Amino acid sequence: MNFFVDNLPYILAGISVGGQYALIAIGYTMVYGILRLINFAHGDMFMMAGLVMVYLAADLPMQIAIPVVIVFTVVLGCMIEKVAYKPLRSAPRMSIMISAIGVSYLLQNAALYLTGGLAKTYPAIPWLAKTVEIFGAHTKMVTIVTPILTLVLVIGLVLLIKFTKIGMAMRAVSRDFETSQLMGIDINRVITVTFIIGSFLAAVGSVLYFTNYTAVLPTSGSMPGLKAFVAAVFGGIGSIPGAVIGAFIIGICENIIKGLGWTTFSNAFTFVLLIIILMVKPTGLFGEKNIDKV
Amino acid sequence: MKKTVAVVLALLMVFTLFAGCGGKDDGGDYAGTIKIGVFEPASGDNGAGGKQETLGVQYANYETPTVEINGEVYKVELVTADNESDPSKGITAAEQLASSGVSIVLGTYGSAVAIAAGPTFDSKGIPAIGITCTNPQVTEAANYFRICFLDPFQGTVLANYAYENGMRKAYCLSKMGDDYSVGLVNYFSEAFKKLGGSVVEEQFEQGNSDFAAYVANAKKNGCDVFFSPVSTEAAALIINQADAQKLGMPILASDTWDSNVITGAAKGTGLDIIVTTFYQEGGSPEFDKGIKEWIEGDKTNLENNGGNTELAAVTAMGYDAYYVALEAIKKAGSADPGEILKVLPSVTYEGVCGKVVFKDSGDADRSEAVVKKCNTEEGTWEYLGTQTVQ
Repeated sequence: MNFFVDNLPYILAGISVGGQYALIAIGYTMVYGILRLINFAHGDMFMMAGLVMVYLAADLPMQIAIPVVIVFTVVLGCMIEKVAYKPLRSAPRMSIMISAIGVSYLLQNAALYLTGGLAKTYPAIPWLAKTVEIFGAHTKMVTIVTPILTLVLVIGLVLLIKFTKIGMAMRAVSRDFETSQLMGIDINRVITVTFIIGSFLAAVGSVLYFTNYTAVLPTSGSMPGLKAFVAAVFGGIGSIPGAVIGAFIIGICENIIKGLGWTTFSNAFTFVLLIIILMVKPTGLFGEKNIDKV
Repeated sequence: MKKTVAVVLALLMVFTLFAGCGGKDDGGDYAGTIKIGVFEPASGDNGAGGKQETLGVQYANYETPTVEINGEVYKVELVTADNESDPSKGITAAEQLASSGVSIVLGTYGSAVAIAAGPTFDSKGIPAIGITCTNPQVTEAANYFRICFLDPFQGTVLANYAYENGMRKAYCLSKMGDDYSVGLVNYFSEAFKKLGGSVVEEQFEQGNSDFAAYVANAKKNGCDVFFSPVSTEAAALIINQADAQKLGMPILASDTWDSNVITGAAKGTGLDIIVTTFYQEGGSPEFDKGIKEWIEGDKTNLENNGGNTELAAVTAMGYDAYYVALEAIKKAGSADPGEILKVLPSVTYEGVCGKVVFKDSGDADRSEAVVKKCNTEEGTWEYLGTQTVQ
C-alpha cells in the first residue's frame, strides 16, 4: 500500500500521458493501415492544433474555441492529404514518405514564423486545469479525464469500423487496396474519412496534452509524435487496440522509470523498446501477420 | 503548364535572394558607420530572454545612436544575428556577424552558445562582451569579456541564501548538456554540501515538456528547496506542474528566471519563488521610465518584452553592455576590432547595474547579487535584499 501511495503520482502521470499518446497513435496506425504511409506530419498537426487554440482562446470563449480548433485540425489534415499525398498516390511509396517529411518541416517552420520561436502558454481550460486530490496525490483534472475519454473514443471508433458501411470499406481497403477499388469502393472517400478521424483524435489529444504541459513550441509535436509512433509500432502498426495498449504501456513505463530515479533514461527506454520490438516481433503485439503470396 | 509553375517558383526564390541586398545608405552627416554585432537568440529555448536582452541594447542605441571618435561623429548601427539558442547554429551566426564587418559583438544570453562561439570570435579577431552569460568557461576565449557575475559566485550565493534560511536538503534540476544550468547546479551543490546541506540531483533532456515526475521526485525525497536554474521555457512548465501537484517548498533559481515569463506563469499560484539577479526595477528610476515609454511606444518591442513593460534584469544589463562597447570604441579612437580589443581590458563604466571593471580574466569584478521574490498575487518581483558570500 505504501509503495502504491508513494508511486501514485507517477502512475497517474503515466496513465494520462499514455492516453494522450494513444489518441495520436491511432492517427498514425489508421493512415498506415489504409495507405501504407507513415504520416510524419501527424505530430506537427497535433502541435498546430495546440497553437491555434492559443490564438483562438485569446478572443473566443472556450465552448466555441475547442470545437473550432477541432474543425480546423480536421480541415488541415484533409488539406495535407489532398495537396501533398493525393497527387503522389501512384508514385513509389518512398516519394510520398518524403513528401510527409516535407509537410512536417513546413508546419514546424510555419509555426516558427507565427510564434517568432517563443513558447506560447496554453490557455487554462477552467474545468480540466483544476487541481484535484486522489489518495493524497495532487494532480490536474485532465489526468483523470484523459484515460476515460480515450477509452470512450476508442470504443466508438472500433464500433464505427465494425458496424458501419464506411467502416467495412475501410477494412476492405486496408486488406487490399487495388481489389477494393475494383469492387467499387470510393477509395478517395475512405482516405478522407481516415484523415478526418485521425485529425479529430489528434486535436482532442492536443487539448488534453497541452492542458497538462502548458507550453506550445514549434517543436512540441515532434517528441509526442515520435513516442506515439513507437506506441503504434509496439502495438502492431495497423491495429487500433494495439496502438492504444502500446501507448498506455509506454506512458506508464516512462513515468515509473522516472520515479525510480533514472529520469535521464526514460526517453532511451522508449526507443530501445522500439528496436527490441522490431528485432523480436516486427509485426508488434497485435500486428497482422505477413503472408507471403505466391 | 507545370513547367511554367516551376520556372516562376525558381525565379521567386532567386528574387528573394536579392531582396535583402538593396543596401540603403542614410549616412547623412556622419563621418561613417560603426557596426556593433548583437549575438542573441531570438528563437529556441532562450528566445524570450535573448529578445529581452536585445531590447536593452536597442534602447541604448535609440538613446545614443552616435559615437564621437577623434572629433568626428559616427553613426552606430546594430547588426543582429539569431543564434537560435543552439551552440552549433551559434557558430554560423557568429561567422555571419564577422563577415558583416562588426567592430565588436555583444551577447549572448545562454552560456553554452557563448562558449561555442568564443573560438570563432578569437579567430576573426573580434572582441565580444558577454552580457549575462555567467558560466566561467565563456571568458576562456581570449576575446571574450563579460560584464556580469560568474556562476561559482552565483551558485555559492544561492547556497548561502538557502542555508541561512533554514533549508537543509535541496533538489537540483538541470538540463542535460546545458553548460549554464549544469554548471550552476554543480557550484550550488558544492557550496551547499560544504555548509552542511544535502543534495538530490537530476537532469532532464532537451525538448522535454513533462515535468510531472521531477516535481513528484522532489516531494518524494522530502526536500526543503527546489533549485532549478533552467531556461524560462522549462521554468514556466515547472511552475505549472509544481502548482498542480502542490509542491510545498520554495523554488530557488538564478538570473534566467528574472523575467516576466516567470511572473506571468506564477501569478495566482501561491508558490514561493526566489531568484538572484543583476538589477531590480527602481535601481535607476530615470532608466526605468525611459525604457518603459520606449517599449510601450512600439508594438514589436512590447511583444518582444512578453506583452507588458515589466523590466527584466537582462534588459538593464544589455543597456549597460552597449555603453561599455561605446566607451571602448571611444577609448580606442577607432572602429578597428584589433584596436578595441587592446583597450577593452582597461575600460571602466558606471552603469545602471553597478560599476563595470574588468579583471585580468576578462570577467567583471562583482561581489554581490540582488535577491528577489515573486509576488504571486500581482505577478511582479519584490526586492528582498542583496546577498554576498561569506
